[in-house]
This record gives sequence, structure tokens and C-alpha cells, in this order.
Amino acid sequence: MTATSGHDPRGQGSGDDRSAQPSEAGFPALLEDDLEDLYENAPCGHLSTLLDGTIAKINGTLLTWLGYRREELVGQRRFSDLLTGGGRIYHETHFAPILAMQGEIGGVSLELRTKDGTRMPVLVTSIVKAGSEGQPQLIRTAIFDAKMRRAYERELLDARKAAEREDERLRHLVGKLQRSLLPAVLQTPPGLDSAAYYRAASTDHVGGDFYDLFPLVDGRWGFFLGDVSGKGVEAAAVTALARYTLRAATVYDPDPAAALHNLNTVLWQEYREDARYCTVVFGILTPTTAVGGFTAIIASGGHPEPLLLRADGSIHYHPTKGRIVGAFPDSRYTNTTVVVNPGDTFLLYSDGLTEARPVGSETADGRYGAPALARFARSLAPTTAAAAVTAVTALLDTFGAGLTDDTAVLAIGAPPHRA
Amino acid sequence: MRVRNRNNVVVTGRQGGPTVVLAHGFGCDQQMWRHVVAEIGQWAQLVLFDHVGSGKADPAAWDADRYASLDGYADDVLSICQDLDLQQPVFVGHSVSSSIGVLAANREPDRFSALVLVTPSPCYIDDENYRGGFTRDDIDDLLGSLESNYLGWSSSMAPLIMGNPERPELGEELTASFCRTDPAMAQVFARATFLSDNRADLAAVSVPTLILQCAQDAIAPPEVGAFVHAQIAGSRLVTLDATGHCPQLSAPEATAAAITSFCRAAYR
Repeated sequence: MTATSGHDPRGQGSGDDRSAQPSEAGFPALLEDDLEDLYENAPCGHLSTLLDGTIAKINGTLLTWLGYRREELVGQRRFSDLLTGGGRIYHETHFAPILAMQGEIGGVSLELRTKDGTRMPVLVTSIVKAGSEGQPQLIRTAIFDAKMRRAYERELLDARKAAEREDERLRHLVGKLQRSLLPAVLQTPPGLDSAAYYRAASTDHVGGDFYDLFPLVDGRWGFFLGDVSGKGVEAAAVTALARYTLRAATVYDPDPAAALHNLNTVLWQEYREDARYCTVVFGILTPTTAVGGFTAIIASGGHPEPLLLRADGSIHYHPTKGRIVGAFPDSRYTNTTVVVNPGDTFLLYSDGLTEARPVGSETADGRYGAPALARFARSLAPTTAAAAVTAVTALLDTFGAGLTDDTAVLAIGAPPHRA
Repeated sequence: MRVRNRNNVVVTGRQGGPTVVLAHGFGCDQQMWRHVVAEIGQWAQLVLFDHVGSGKADPAAWDADRYASLDGYADDVLSICQDLDLQQPVFVGHSVSSSIGVLAANREPDRFSALVLVTPSPCYIDDENYRGGFTRDDIDDLLGSLESNYLGWSSSMAPLIMGNPERPELGEELTASFCRTDPAMAQVFARATFLSDNRADLAAVSVPTLILQCAQDAIAPPEVGAFVHAQIAGSRLVTLDATGHCPQLSAPEATAAAITSFCRAAYR
């Protein structure tokens, strides 16, 4: 093993000037490291088997690990006999077929069963050694002690399981909190239709949209649909505040503009430091029993304009104005009136719908947008509350990953005249 | 087409010849048959497929409940036969696919002309006088190791994805899929395979049956082959001078020859 080339990159010289250049002779300890010893006492197990797995040669390191004497194994046992029961199956169903097909297999995690029955985690690498004419002759296997690595893997696995449990717990909590901010069951005013749908953009965060439809004491009904800035626990706190402020406001003064003014004051006082605000459409509806529809007084605070889908197939955005609620100290809100006749459907939605970025969108900014929504509504009208919400749900499905924000939809309709 | 995609069905061999369906066992995919395809394909039309959860079967077709029992796989076998309108094919099942074939043949007794069970085992776990070769602990050990090997196994498969420059004939596509299974799916398949007990189904087999076993098999020892032979009336048992659980890899010529001569007899 004397270096003979002057071009050796490690700078080993020819045999003549050993004293000047470092060489093996410079490391007297290496003289002890003959090939036989290197094989026998290598820092890993070495094993050669016939193609059927019969052990033909094994090194001292592996014998020490296993606790067997050489004559107990060579010619007597197969490699798979050294494995645990599960490992044996794994060897036959994965390891051996891959080795037969590819000629090599590397870094497979297995466990040896030692003579005294204890298990030893190892990493196994095998190659098929071919003869001079390419025919497979025997299998060479190197085996590495993997006790530490296995312990580490187990820690990773445990950590992953713990993380999955935490994730599950979080989703559970989020779901519970989310449900507490939406009506458990949507109530419907007598003689009218209603339907709602809510889709959170993520199951990890509480969404910031909210809606409700609820009876007042005098036969009128309150309804609202809003969208709080931000997501998560902070947004949920604002959502809860907005929702209960609006509901409480209707008890003593069922006037939408006054209710929004009230909410504006509360949010401004409570959250101006954190810049928390919301957009919302709030309405009080009075069923017109004689006609079979309803009249609604509506106020909006910076929210996308609701849509009215008429019985005659026409649609229009109900114009509203009013600033975002909670953003300014002195915002004023105005009431407008919408008349919903038999066969009409009144549709409220949050901007998760119009701001979505559907794949293949042809708008300049890639958003779905109000014009597209109007076209979609026209294709639906005339419709019912349930059918409109079902259609919007299906529309949201087509957005796929383009749906990045929470989306809420609430429809209140008057059934068409009975023939 | 849905069934063909679902199970990555490949039809090859001699057009118009008798049909032979080749079903792979737990662990790998239809590539298991590659050393016998040329030989048997000389006289037979071959239908190869991957079980859902293995090889290149459609991952979207995976259903952990459906494939938790061998019946789910047997349903797939029958639907492949229906979809391809196979006329009385011979069903060749390796390892657990032997049991899958028995279940399918018993459900539709007129479907297959014959069964070839390659290294079959109707029950892997020892039970009173029956010796399956494994204890319940061994099987639990396997299922546990499939779970804990998750990290080691997936990283060890990485070199296979890159291909094998010394053996370009294997091709990148092949090396990427061979024996590469999703650990979660493999666990469900392993559970269905090694915890099933189909001993009682053997007596109901009414088609000509060949049992092919290896002289040395760490998974299905000769006693198990003898048991299957005794349970299926009129069956033939051939013991190949081969080692291991996969004679189609370790002794492909002998395996193909045994299948061919049995099928020739069955078709005469």
C-alpha cells in the first residue's frame, strides 16, 4: 500500500523520500491495520451470504453484537433468521425482491434478534456481487448499529404524534368557537324562506364573518351579515362584541342606522388602538302578510351591496352607503328601504366571495368581482333562498385555492305566489 | 376506463391467447412478474395490475375502510375481469393474492377457469394444531415496524427515485414505483394480509387449482402449502427447488414452466 505517484493529491511522495513526505510509514499504528483485521473488527457488521441467504462469511463485530459463535451461523443459518418476526416478513416482501430486482438496497431500518433474544436496531445495506460474466454470485451486506438513531426517530415520531394531537385539539376549539358565533339553527320568519352558508378559509383560525336572523317581540325580524377585520382569536372577540351589540341594540331601538351608530361607538371606544373594525349590513324586516313578501329597513357600514334577485328574472344591487364600522369616531349611517315581493330573494354576502381569485379569472386584478357576481345572480333569478345559497356554495367550490378569505352568505326570500 | 386507471391495468402477451391474470402480493407491485411475463406471454394474453395502495394504482381510489379487508381487493379483481370482459381467465395470485383469488373465485364460481396459488398462506398466525409460521407478536412487530420505519424507510427509498445509472434498463419510472408504497396504505394492507384467516374458504374452491410453493420459504413454510393442498379438493401441489417467498424472482424459469404446464393441462 505504498504510494507511488508524485501526483497524489495528498502529497504522498515516492518510496525514496519517505522521511520528507508524510506516508503510511509516518503512522506506525497503520502497520497494525491489515485488511483482515479491518474486516474482522470493522466499526460495522459485515456479512456475505449466498443468493438464498445462507450465511457464508461474517465478521467478528457482527458476531459480538449477535452473541453467536461463527460455527453456529456459517453454513447453518440464513440472514433472515437473524431478524425479528416482523423483520423477516419485511425482508421477504420488500428487501429481498428489491435486492433481486435492483442489485442493491441501502439504509433499510431493521432489527436483529441476538442469541439471548434481545433486539438490536440496525441499518442494513446490501449489494449483489456479480461474477466475471455478470451472473449474481453472492450478497454482501453491511450492518450499522442504529440504537441511537432509532431512539432519535422515536422521539421525532412521538413529537409528530404530539403535534398532531395538539392540532386536533386546536381544530376542535376553533370549530367550537366558530359555531358559538353563528346561529346553531337558522330561524325563518313565518311565510318566508331563509338559508345561510359559512365557509371558513382555514380550519386553524376562527373566521371573521358573522350573520344572524332572529325574531323581535313585535313580529318584526332582525338580520345582519358582517365581516370583522383580521382573523383568529382577536377577530373572534370583535365578532362576538359586534354580534351581541347588534342584537342588544334591537331590543330597545329597532332602528338599523341607530344600531350601527351604536356599534361604531362601541368598537371605536374599545378597539381604536388595535384598529379593529367591521363591515356589516344590518336590517329589520316586517313581513307584509297581505302580499306575502316583506319590507326591510337596511343600513350598511362599508359592506358590499346586497343583491335583490327579482321574480321577473331581473337583479340589482341594493345601493347602500355608510363608513366602515369602528374606523372613525363620528360615522353616521342612513336607513334605506328594500321591498321584497313574492318570488324575490334578497342575498347578503361577505367580500370573501367577490374578492376570491378563481383560477382563470379574466378580471384585471384577478378577483371574481361584483360584475361577475351580478351575471351569476342573473343566471339564477328567479330563485329561492335555499337554491341561491346552494348555487353560491357550488360556485365557491369551483374557486378552489382561489378562495382565500372566509365567506358568509345569507338569503331571505319570499315564496312565489301560489297558483 | 375507471377500473383500468384505478388498478393500473396492463394487458400484454399473446393477443387472442387464453387469458392469465397475474396478481402481486403485499410489498411490491406488478413488476414482481417481470421475469416470467415473456415466457407465459408467449402463449397467453396477460393481465397485470396493481392493487389499490400499491405501485401505480390511483392513489385517489384509496379507501382505508374498503381495503381493510381482503374482500375489498377481491371486489377489485372481479371488477377488472368484468371491465375487460375476460373470458374464463386463469387467476395467478402471489402470496396474499392467493387468498384474494380464492375469495373472488368463491364469490363468482364461473368466473375463472383455474387458480394458481403461488406461495399461498390462508393464515399466517399459528393456531392450535395449525402452523402458520408466525405468532401474533411477530405480526404486531411487523405492523409496529411499518409504523416506526416510516422515517428510515422513506429516506432509504430516495436513491431508488433517482434511478440506477449502472442499470439503465431498469428505467427511472420502474425504479420509482417498484416496492414503493405509502406507509399508511402499506399498514392497512399489511393488517388485511397478515391478520386474515381464510382457511375456511379453501374447501369451497371448485375450480382446478395449482399450488406452487418453494422448498425454503420464510413466510409460507411447506406445511402451509400442504395444508392448502389438503383443503382444496383435487388441487395439485408443486414444490419448486427455490428459496424465498418470491419464486417468480428467485426461480423465474421454473415458475413460468410450472404455470404453463398446468394451464396447458387446464385448457386441453
